[in-house]
Amino acid sequence: MLEVTSLSKSFDGFKAVNNAGLIVKNGETVAVIGPNGAGKTTLFNLITGVIRPDSGKVLFKGEDITGLKPYQVCRRGISRSFQVVNVFPRLSVFENVQVSVLSRQKKTWNLFTPSSRLAIAETDRILENVGLSDVRDNTSTALSHGERKVLEIAIALGGNPEFLILDEPTAGMSPEETSRCIDLIRQLKEKLGITILFCEHDMEIVFSISDRIMVMVRGSTIIEGTCDEVRCCQEVQDAYLGGSDVCLM
Amino acid sequence: MTGSFFRSRSAWAIAGLIVLFLFPVFFDRFYVYLTAIILLTGLCATSLNFVLGYGGVFQFHHAVFYGVGAYGTALMILKSGLSPWLGFIVGPVVAAVLGLIIGLICIRLSKLYFGMLQISLGSLVWAIVYRWYSFTGGDDGIHGVPLPDIISSPNGAYYFTLIVTSASMFVLYRMLKSPFGSALQGIRDNPVRSEMIGVNVRLQQLLALTIAGFFGGVAGALFVVVDNTVFPDMMFWTLSMELVIMCLLGGWLSYLGPMVGAAVIVLLRTYVSGITVYWALVLGIIMMLVIFFLPNGVLGYLDRFLKKKARAR
Repeated sequence: MLEVTSLSKSFDGFKAVNNAGLIVKNGETVAVIGPNGAGKTTLFNLITGVIRPDSGKVLFKGEDITGLKPYQVCRRGISRSFQVVNVFPRLSVFENVQVSVLSRQKKTWNLFTPSSRLAIAETDRILENVGLSDVRDNTSTALSHGERKVLEIAIALGGNPEFLILDEPTAGMSPEETSRCIDLIRQLKEKLGITILFCEHDMEIVFSISDRIMVMVRGSTIIEGTCDEVRCCQEVQDAYLGGSDVCLM
Repeated sequence: MTGSFFRSRSAWAIAGLIVLFLFPVFFDRFYVYLTAIILLTGLCATSLNFVLGYGGVFQFHHAVFYGVGAYGTALMILKSGLSPWLGFIVGPVVAAVLGLIIGLICIRLSKLYFGMLQISLGSLVWAIVYRWYSFTGGDDGIHGVPLPDIISSPNGAYYFTLIVTSASMFVLYRMLKSPFGSALQGIRDNPVRSEMIGVNVRLQQLLALTIAGFFGGVAGALFVVVDNTVFPDMMFWTLSMELVIMCLLGGWLSYLGPMVGAAVIVLLRTYVSGITVYWALVLGIIMMLVIFFLPNGVLGYLDRFLKKKARAR
């Protein structure tokens, strides 16, 4: 479904992403792991058009989407959530998700129908699914950090994506919030059949929900394979554990 | 519950309109003139706030659209020989087109830089109007614009202003409550995320700038009706700053905030400038107090106060 080949991007000579490659098949859940500064977020920014790559190609469903603008990438069916909470602070929780649904329904040029009559059922269904119905009318600034991270995902779901990119979905969450968030991601995968690409520092989560794993170090892909292949790969252990031969997990 | 809330809001609007409709019955000509000026200035400030408070665009030279709307109307009436009513459509349309053109040039820049470039482009328009004696009358402006009989009397002008302002305020309100308005407010809050949920941020903002230009132009056309004159100072940058202050003073996150701000400033200008020529000094002090004590403006403060009271109950 998504195919990234030899993607590179440098900032002032620093190679943030260097010849990275990645394949995600339909229905899969793929994790990108790597130490801080490995270029995971930059890779996501390149795929979603936030920044343009210096070289390389991104194919989505066989079509070239390299260098498209973020809104064009979104309209192809790719949604994403952000690592740092990135919501609409002055809008209510409901409106945060509604504006995303309205945008997907291509209604943002409608000047005269009140928004209060549009996309209500669908927005409420998304809030119900992610468990934010109770705080529906709060402003997003009144939410806890964990709730805001969930809202982050809910906004992405408003685009009814085929392909969802989650940038550290559980960062900063409490243990209970984390386990609820994992359940949510599982549901998205199993019930809605969404293909998911995510990055995460918690290895337990990574190995429990991903079908395949891609490991990035200093901007490059060092291995792409199943959980077992990655778990005992020497290079991964070098990168993560400074060369000690303790097997991950 | 939302239904009754809406009904009560409509009830307030209707009550306000009735008071304004009866106003000329009880007050003399000067006050009627002053109220008309407040209404049209308030409409101008509201159209600015459409992009400033709701769109997050630093529209620092909105007076240009006000001035161009006024000149467009006056020149159309004077020079075309067509029905004067046509002038009231042409003025705002010209202002809207100018809004689109200036927007197209400035939209590539963000925030403050947008505002700076707009001030320079707007000043350019002002300079042209100020100097082009043969067409615009230069720094003399144009006086005694002939108007249709029905709106040439003070009361006729007042009612025309009241009706057009109310209708425009209603239309702008509906637009802010529409999906277009939702997307606009999303862009204000977070342009990066808006782009990521599939909103074409620049195109959306350009349409908003065109709409704001149009209604700024409507306010300018109304000024021609009420005052019968146009002059280049209508599009001088100091007036633009005053419009921004109106939004901040009244509350740029409240729909009627700019209207309240316009009332305060027009009244100050009228009464304080009678006492001292340094009326801007008084304005400066008030502005400082507002920024320190009412950061969300007068209406923003009232809104919070009422909500607190409702919660206490």
